[in-house]
Amino acid sequence: MAHAAPTATGFQDCRNIWVSTLEQLAEADPRIVAVVNDSVGSSKLNSFQKKFPDRLVNVGIAEQVMIGVGAGLANGGRIPFVSAASCFLTGRALEQVKADIAYANFNVKLVGQSSGVAYGELGATHHSIEDFAWLRPLNLTVIVPADAWETAEAVKWAAQHDGPVYLRLSRMPVPDLDVPKRVFRPGKAETVRDGRDLTIIACGTTVHLAARAADRLAVEGIACRVLNFATINPLDEEALHQAAATGAIVTVEEANIHGGLGGAVAEFTASHRPVPVERVGFPGFLPTGPVDWLFREYGLTPEGIAAAAHRALGRKG
Amino acid sequence: MLTNDKLSLIRDKALWMRRTAFTMVHRAQLGHPGGDFSAMDILATLYFGVLNYDPKRPDWADRDRFVMSKGHATGALYATLCAAGYFPEDWLPTYMQPKSLLNGHPNRNYLPGIETNTGPLGHGFPVATGIAIAGQLTGASYRTFVLTGDGEQQEGSNWEAAMVCGHRKLANLTLIIDRNRLQQGAGTEETSGLDPLDDKYRAFGFDVHEVDGHDHAALLSLLSAAPGDRPRCVIANTTKGKGVSFMENVASWHHGVPNDAQYAQAMKELV
Repeated sequence: MAHAAPTATGFQDCRNIWVSTLEQLAEADPRIVAVVNDSVGSSKLNSFQKKFPDRLVNVGIAEQVMIGVGAGLANGGRIPFVSAASCFLTGRALEQVKADIAYANFNVKLVGQSSGVAYGELGATHHSIEDFAWLRPLNLTVIVPADAWETAEAVKWAAQHDGPVYLRLSRMPVPDLDVPKRVFRPGKAETVRDGRDLTIIACGTTVHLAARAADRLAVEGIACRVLNFATINPLDEEALHQAAATGAIVTVEEANIHGGLGGAVAEFTASHRPVPVERVGFPGFLPTGPVDWLFREYGLTPEGIAAAAHRALGRKG
Repeated sequence: MLTNDKLSLIRDKALWMRRTAFTMVHRAQLGHPGGDFSAMDILATLYFGVLNYDPKRPDWADRDRFVMSKGHATGALYATLCAAGYFPEDWLPTYMQPKSLLNGHPNRNYLPGIETNTGPLGHGFPVATGIAIAGQLTGASYRTFVLTGDGEQQEGSNWEAAMVCGHRKLANLTLIIDRNRLQQGAGTEETSGLDPLDDKYRAFGFDVHEVDGHDHAALLSLLSAAPGDRPRCVIANTTKGKGVSFMENVASWHHGVPNDAQYAQAMKELV
């Protein structure tokens, strides 16, 4: 289904559209339930709870049983959206995610809220930058929406898809991507800018930054392709082949560069078509600081991404 | 079926299941026969006296659910599901062979009749809690039974589940604890003590009962009793390795496997 290009230029907290979309779906399908670990407010589920009081299962601050209950609800014919801060959802309950959801292949939607470094100053315990590395090898479709439109599409797709899904959402406001005639295709990269000199592969909150980096580079006469790589698992291998054909790649993610999107791209290119890959992201546990400072400090900015592009081009054979 | 006929059926099935499970373990030279045998009478009572199921329709929405949380006891579980008609007997010799559907721990995508994948301990009870919540939300008539080991109760996830069950008064759920008092290397009480298990579950809001886990009549009466107003916890006092003299109460039979002489001896005793 094609959609008109979003016209709003303002930045939005995508949690709002996540929950309004879920409410619409829940109106139409009584099987949809929400499961939380006391994360009603942080998941913006207050209005869902008011509309469907019996269909919000709050297990309290207990992530292991939260995931197990999700699997059990699926066994009982429900379609659970298990929503919690992604650091706890994926980290605290990792074995439950692996065994009860992915390995058991239950129709459960895991919704990681406030992912990446959204919690800024709260520190590494509350950052969720390892989740790509933890979840990418599992039997889970991993989707990282880049803006409000894509968040809504991903939630709708997840609800009708029969299988386990991890939706990695953010609370960090992002603008709508300026791409005309968008169609949400899980497992497929979306071309945000086209070019032949190199390819920037970004996901989630960093896609709009990558687009702005490409616009800066265009002024210098460098034509960048920018891909919105919303599905981390499974990888769009065709898009990666074409990216490698541009001869240099920059990856950008609000995540640890080890094992995440950059790791996936590097694995792929090393196996199929070795080209320089510069990974922009976080190297490990991060120092104290607000989100925007962390983004600047680690080069998740148009300037930082453009600099990485120059490094990649410099290594191009 | 009259109770006496049911008890006779349960006794016959339990015997066949013990012989079958031990034959699988002997053939594979792998398995967990001690825990298979402590749980066998509970499984036989459930599948041949209590549960409402149809092996031809494993996805039937209103089936009673049984979750084998002590997923290592696949000798017992597979013998039970085979006896219940979920798959043919000639699958049993493939136990743990390359690409067998009878994996060392149960996988719902491999075999019908398995409600969830278990193996890592402390997973089945939370999943069973979710199944019971689904029943509560929809007003479904099915009941959910989950069997954990007793050493398994050391996993904290069980107590997260217990809190949720008590809070939501999940009367459609019955937790059965296979209380054989042994974990893989030593007794539960010398490892990280569980007693008083009954008081613990009572404090979490359960209707707690103790039973001889090898007494079919007592198990049948307790497990088939109508749900009350809260979740039920059945502490089934059992003997690890029950039914084979040299295995009974010996911790090393947790994952010990029989040689040919031991196998022959066990088959002589299991009649």
